[in-house]
Amino acid sequence: MTNQHVTDISKQDSSAIVGPPLWLLAELTYDCPLHCPYCSNPTQLTETKNELTTQQWCEVFSEARDMGAVQLGFSGGEPLLRKDLEELVKHSRGLGFYTNLITSGIGLTEKRIAKLKEAGLDHIQISFQGADPELNDAIAGRGNAYQQKFNMAKSVKAQGYPMVLNFVLSKQNLDQIADIMRLSCELEADYVELATAQYYGWAYKNRDHLLPSREQLVEAERIVNEFRDEQQGKGPHFIFVTPDYFETRPKACMNGWGSTFLTVTPDGSALPCHSAKMLPLTFPNVKDKSIADIWQKDFSFDYFRGDDWMPQPCKGCDEKEKDFGGCRCQAFMMTGDMHKTDPVCSKSEDHHLVQQAIASATNPTKEIVMRVNEKAMKHAKNAKLNIARIKV
Amino acid sequence: MSTPTAASTISPTMTPLLNPMFRFQWEKAQDCFVLLFPEGMVKLNGGAGEIMQLIDGNKNVEQITDSLQSKFPDAGNLAPDVNEFITTAIEKKWLYHD
Repeated sequence: MTNQHVTDISKQDSSAIVGPPLWLLAELTYDCPLHCPYCSNPTQLTETKNELTTQQWCEVFSEARDMGAVQLGFSGGEPLLRKDLEELVKHSRGLGFYTNLITSGIGLTEKRIAKLKEAGLDHIQISFQGADPELNDAIAGRGNAYQQKFNMAKSVKAQGYPMVLNFVLSKQNLDQIADIMRLSCELEADYVELATAQYYGWAYKNRDHLLPSREQLVEAERIVNEFRDEQQGKGPHFIFVTPDYFETRPKACMNGWGSTFLTVTPDGSALPCHSAKMLPLTFPNVKDKSIADIWQKDFSFDYFRGDDWMPQPCKGCDEKEKDFGGCRCQAFMMTGDMHKTDPVCSKSEDHHLVQQAIASATNPTKEIVMRVNEKAMKHAKNAKLNIARIKV
Repeated sequence: MSTPTAASTISPTMTPLLNPMFRFQWEKAQDCFVLLFPEGMVKLNGGAGEIMQLIDGNKNVEQITDSLQSKFPDAGNLAPDVNEFITTAIEKKWLYHD
């Protein structure tokens, strides 16, 4: 026996023959009771009437599990809006999935937490928008959201679940970082994601209002490290994720295209990441093709595997195995060409676009746009909710 | 092989227990036992999987070692390996102990 008994799931070798889609993200619905301007959902939302049925979701889970998928995230929108969530949890847990509920906490009750446990749910992740009711509810665009989240987080722990708290950080709440960490301790979270917003979907529209300055980030990181030192190994495990805009090399997006992650959207589109729908590629639908066919044979899933697709400077770069050229969606959003090097990379000829974005965020000129859902969309074509209470 | 320091922290009468944060199961596609936790997985090698299978909250370290010795009679002294793995697993919070 050796000490080599651990393999990190994120370090799966993506250059080998296509491995299984270890991580399946089931976006059950895009409907959501909150209006967070940092939301990464597409700004063009599908209608709820086109959502997959219970039976169709169960088939997706069975097929993915047969291929070796092991982590299943129920996400959205707000997955609790699906009345069949317990049934979906029960089916997938029975298949051997580790089941993760990724929720805003709105719609949870003590009773539903218990029913989900009975169905076999393994873990609940609750998102917070701030460390106090005032800021949290202003960002979420809904009154009483903070109190509801707080109560439900208490109940999740009381009912014996592992709990992850997720704080999406932006310049709107970054100054609360110490309070956020204290709140996480009070709620007895197991893991805490202190994740600065990534700029996709609504967040891309609102980037100037979200992207913090380098000084703000450096100060936040100092506070995080100081807090960790004082923890002395006790309390939650904090994961601090800084925005890639301040890096000189891109992130290894999705651990490589089509290597580990599979997202299925509410209407059944299968994507190599939850933002990929924006790309000029035709993605398959689980209503038409099996998961095995999609993962192993579909043109779109194979398109950015390996390095044949890479232009320079990626092709000749000795770090291409590390970051796979970065994020295809980011390249597309910023340059209009999904094949180009992620502009975050300092070797990219488009790197100035990232620097411009950082500069532009110091002085936003457009108004912030709160995320709207289908119902709100019907009432107001371009809803701009009152967010005057947000301190920026 | 384990170092004497690491092994000395484990008493033969100590009873390890799986941290309820983790789920232990066989993964056919990975051809190994794994530990699952929120949004993550660690793969266990053959020896680690054999030890983990015996951890039920009732057996102490000595009983776990004895079970393994009778399952693998030709493997030599397995006590250092068991101690080493359990020490690591406690450090990583996969296991609790009484």
